[in-house]
Order: sequence, then C-alpha cells, then structure tokens
Amino acid sequence: MHLHRYERIWLWIGGGTLLLFLTVIGVQAFAMGGHPPGGMDTVDPEKVTREAPFDQPTLTQVGPKEYKAVMVARMFSFQPHRLEIPAGSTVHFEVTSPDVVHGMQIAGTNVNMMVIPGHVNRASHTFNRPGEYLLLCNEYCGAGHQAMGTRIVVK
Amino acid sequence: MVRRQRERSGFRFQPNDARLILAHMVVAFLALFLGAIAGLLQGLVRGGVVDLLPVTYYQLLTAHGVLMALVFTTFFIIGFLYSGLARTCGGLLSDFARRLGWIGFWLMTAGTVVATALILANEATVLYSFYAPLKASPFFYLGLTLVVVGSWIGAWAMFTQYRRWKKEHSGKLSPLMAFMAVTIMGLWLIATLGVAVEVLFQLIPWSFGWVEKINIALSRTLFWYFGHPLVYFWLLPAYMVWYVNIPGIIGGKIFSDALARLAFVLFLLLSTPVGFHHQLMEPGISPEWKFFQVILTFAVVVPSLMTAFSILATFENAGRARGGTGLFGWIRKLPWGDVRFVAPFVGMVLFIPAGAGGIVNASHQLNQVVHNTLWVTGHFHLTVATTVLLTFFGVSYWLIPALTGRRLTPGINRLGLIQTAIWSAGMLVMSGSMHAAGLLGAPRRTAFTVYGGHETALGWLSYQQAMAIGGALLFVGVLLMLWIVLRLAFFAPRAEGGVDYPVGEVAEGAEPTPRILERWPVWITVAFALILIAYTGPIMHMIQHAPPGSPPFQPY
Repeated sequence: MHLHRYERIWLWIGGGTLLLFLTVIGVQAFAMGGHPPGGMDTVDPEKVTREAPFDQPTLTQVGPKEYKAVMVARMFSFQPHRLEIPAGSTVHFEVTSPDVVHGMQIAGTNVNMMVIPGHVNRASHTFNRPGEYLLLCNEYCGAGHQAMGTRIVVK
Repeated sequence: MVRRQRERSGFRFQPNDARLILAHMVVAFLALFLGAIAGLLQGLVRGGVVDLLPVTYYQLLTAHGVLMALVFTTFFIIGFLYSGLARTCGGLLSDFARRLGWIGFWLMTAGTVVATALILANEATVLYSFYAPLKASPFFYLGLTLVVVGSWIGAWAMFTQYRRWKKEHSGKLSPLMAFMAVTIMGLWLIATLGVAVEVLFQLIPWSFGWVEKINIALSRTLFWYFGHPLVYFWLLPAYMVWYVNIPGIIGGKIFSDALARLAFVLFLLLSTPVGFHHQLMEPGISPEWKFFQVILTFAVVVPSLMTAFSILATFENAGRARGGTGLFGWIRKLPWGDVRFVAPFVGMVLFIPAGAGGIVNASHQLNQVVHNTLWVTGHFHLTVATTVLLTFFGVSYWLIPALTGRRLTPGINRLGLIQTAIWSAGMLVMSGSMHAAGLLGAPRRTAFTVYGGHETALGWLSYQQAMAIGGALLFVGVLLMLWIVLRLAFFAPRAEGGVDYPVGEVAEGAEPTPRILERWPVWITVAFALILIAYTGPIMHMIQHAPPGSPPFQPY
C-alpha cells in the first residue's frame, strides 16, 4: 500500500522510538533484573492464618542490613503492624491475603504490588533515607479501605 | 439523483430511525447526569469539603464508574453508530435492523435500571471493575449481563444493515463510516467474550452460592481481557468522528481512505491481546508473558501515529484550500468559531499528553511508580472524559439537531464554546492535580483519609482540594451540556429542509483502497490467533496451578 512520503518518515521515527523504548524496558527487565513484582507461589487463602510462614507475620534479619518481611494484608490492616529497620537496609517483602484483593504500596518508593488471595507476591527495596514511610493499601477492599495503612520506621 | 438533492439540502432521518437513536441519547445523557452528581460528591469528599461515610463514598464511586464508563458510553456509541449506518448505508435503517435495535435498547435499559438500583441499595459496592472475591448481589451481575447481551443484539443490527448494503452494491467498497462502525462493534464482540465468560461461568454461579469458591487470578485476567479493548471501544468512535465527520465540518477531504481502514484494522487486532499490562503488579503471571503483552500494547502506537498524521494532514489541506499559506498559516483558516469542530479539536490536543501517560502506564517497570495511584485516575479522565467526551459532545451539536430537525443557532453554538472551555479547564485542573498527587503516591479508589496524620498523606491534601475545584467546574459543564442538549432536542427553531450531517469525502488524489482490508474472515482469524498466542499459556497455568479458590466477601 502506498504511503505519503512524509507519513513514511513520521512512521519510521515513531516506530524507531517504539523499538528504542521496548529495548530499554527489555534490557532493564531481563538483563538487569528489573522485573515488576510478582511470584508464582500459591497458598490456600483460608489457611493463611494457620499455616507457616503467614501464621506469624514478622520481620526477620537474614543478613547484614538485609531483612525479610513476611506480611499479611487483610481487611483492614497490615501485619506486622509496624516495621523498624536501620537506614540502608534492604527488605524483601513477601505478602498474601486471607480475604479480598488488596494493594501494598510504600509511598515515595517503587514498592507497589497487588495482594491477591491464593498467591504470594514479592518485592524488594533498599531504604536509604531515614524517616517514617507510609505503607498503605491502594486497592479498594471494602468499607474500611481508607484506614488500611501503617508505618515503616527507618532509623 | 434524488439522493444527491437531499444531500445538498441536508439530511433528514426517517422518524422511526430518529426515535431509536434519540432513545439511546436520552438514556446516555440521563446516565451522564446521575454519574456527574456522583462525581461531584466524590470530588468534594476527597477534597475534604464534604464529609460522607466511606461506605457512601465507595457506593458513589461504583455508581460513577458504571454510569459513566459503561452506560453513558455504550448507549451513546450504539446510538451514534446507528445514525452513521443509516446516513451512509441507504439513508435509513432496514426494518429488521431497527427492530433488533429496539430489542437491544430495551434489554440494555432494563439491565441498567436493575444494576443502578442495586448500587443505590448498597448491594453492589464492588466498583465498576467488580473484583472478586468482593461479592455483589447476583442480580447486579445479571443486570450488567443484560446490558452486554443487549449491545450484542445492537451489533447484530448493525451487521445486517452493513451486509444488506454490501449485497445491494456488490463489488463496491463499503462507506468508510459503515466500515468503521462494523470494526468497532466487532472489537466490542470479541472483547466482551472475556467478561461474559467471567460473569456467566464464575461470578453468577458463585454469587448465588451454587459454587463455593472462585479462581481470582482467572477472573481478573478475563476482566482485563475485556477491560483494555473497552477503552478502544470508547476511543475508536471518536477516531471515526475525526476521520470521517470532521472533514465534512471543516470542508476538507479525507486524507486517505486506505490508511483510515488500515488503522482501524490494526486497532481491532492489537486491542485485545494486551490485558496483562493492567496486571503488571500481580503474582501468578510470569514476567515473560507480561513483557510480551507490553510489546503488543506498545504496537498500538503505530495506528495512533497514523491517525495523528492523517488528521493533521486533513486539517492542513482544508486550511490551504481556504487560502492559508506558509508553514502554519493554514491553522488560522480553520473554523475556530464552530463548536462542532472546536470541541473535538480540544479533545485531540489533550490526547497528546493523555497518550504519553498511557505509554507510562503500560511500561513494564514504570507502571510500578503509578500503579493504582491517582495518576491512573488522572490518565483516564484525560483520555476518556476529555478526548472522547469532548468529541461526543461535538457530535451532539449536529446529531441531535439532525434527529429532531432543529437548528444549531449561533446562540447555542456560543454556549457550546463556553461549555468546551469550562470542560477543558475543569479537566486540566482536576486531571493535572490527579497526575501530580499520583506521582507523590496518593492512592486511587480511596475515601478521604490522612492515615492518622502522616506527613506524606498531608502533603497530598492541596492537590485533592484542587481536584474538588476541578470537579465542581466539571459539574457546571455537565449542567450546561444538558441544557444545550435539551435546547437542541426541544426548543431550538425548526430547520428548513434537512440538517447537515457532516460526512467527509475522500481526497481525489488518494490511493485506491486494497480490497483485503474488507475481508473480515481474514482479520477475525488473525485477531483470534493473536489472542490465543497471548493468553493460552498463562490461562492454562492459572487453571492447572490454581490455588484453592476464594469464598465470597461483602465488606461494605
């Protein structure tokens, strides 16, 4: 099919930009490990509160300046309720839900993921700046959704 | 010869056709009005101006989403597409198509009434995207099923009209507007299959209690299989107006019929197999599949760029034909006083930042920054509620007069320009502050909260107040639009002869259109092949490696 010459140039520029964007995204994801949060593990949402590790949601140190946070997002709170870590720590979050779909976002960071009952979602973040971070639910989960938030204290 | 004379003096719908199309417009604008009340209240709550119970807030949020995104758009689009088919395929709808049209209309209306009643009764506060395991009354899902089934019958009505024209003009290329209407309804049919499977096989049996548990990951995937093409179901009618009707309004020629059809075919192919970009932050889908659908999502940029080029080329040619010279002189020659042109034009301009925001949302990692924040709300208020809606308002200024045989007077035209200004200002303020607040982390779909006075949340407040101001402006804009629609429908002076229903002609020098663009079996096969490639693997995985399902919850 015939294309006008200017339109051909326009589409070459557009298509080239597109390829460039996709290459950047692809390299960042597959070569540098920058995938969005996810995970393929499953759990029984009705047994979350009874079986390890989610029966005792907790923050544990797994290395120098490295922590693992096993968390449960439920109507309408997060467990553990409050996390305290020294500045410069990397935290590996592991989260699931025993009831409805929630979101888990830490404002001002790139930690942002869906918490789907039956699935375990994972993300990691290094907290360099001290302060009180706001961790909140960003997926509507019922009448108390706006109350579902907590703090991460970085000292 | 008879037909040509009628065209010269404008176009008159058959009274039967006009009634069918007007009925769709009445429900559409009623939904817009109710949805706007909900929207205003939400804005005021979020801005801290009005205090409502959170339950009420989420109920309003559900009503706003359902009435605006599903009811207004579907009724307006189907009514408008009937008008385009009547106008370009024989001057009137066939009796059969019209009868189907009424059946579809009543099914959709009945479903809307049921669904709206249940939302108002707080039996369906599950938001417009009804995320399982949030459970609504089963009759809410049944109501929405009626809306979708009614729309399928409407699609069938349009296909029969198109097929009949093709049979009567064998070997001829169908009118561009009819081709686009058929593409839009074809896309709608393919897309709604996903949500139909979710509602019929998952949500309804589960909400009635016939089955105990539901596979959440699968239900979300089926929803977003539908949820993204849905936005193209809103956008493509606006593109159709830009491609076909605007050239008629500004006295220009369609730049290329072939490119317009190619763009629509590409949208048909690329709109469905991309739903994972709404699920980038979810577990249960492997990163490779997510990335694959991101690639397909980005490919939609190609037909979008083609559209941008064609439409600007049409404007430039029209401006030059009116004596515009120099690099930009033609811009001044465009009809800046004609609201039928200005309203959609503002929509086009604002689609540039809106589309760029869409690229951000669809990016594999960038999505992480903005996912489920107010940024996303700002994004679709800039795309759907600005670009698409201003184009639909632009349509109303000539469609409603054409239906009622009245005139768009200079006075109403001026009111329309004021409406366009109010709407754009309201959206810029509201959507702009939503984008900003979202980048700072403010969540969407959340009633007023400061999370116990956390300083981060307090930092979002001024943006939320700006959102309330923008929302109030938009409410004024809706009231003005409804006033204009009422004037055009009942009080404007009668038109002598017909009313101008603008349909552009293809430029003389344009290349002939390849016939393959109208071979539907080819494109539908390719569309389904792409869907199978993009979804079979992940969906098999979701079924075979499913966690134990979820029981229903009604936390509202």
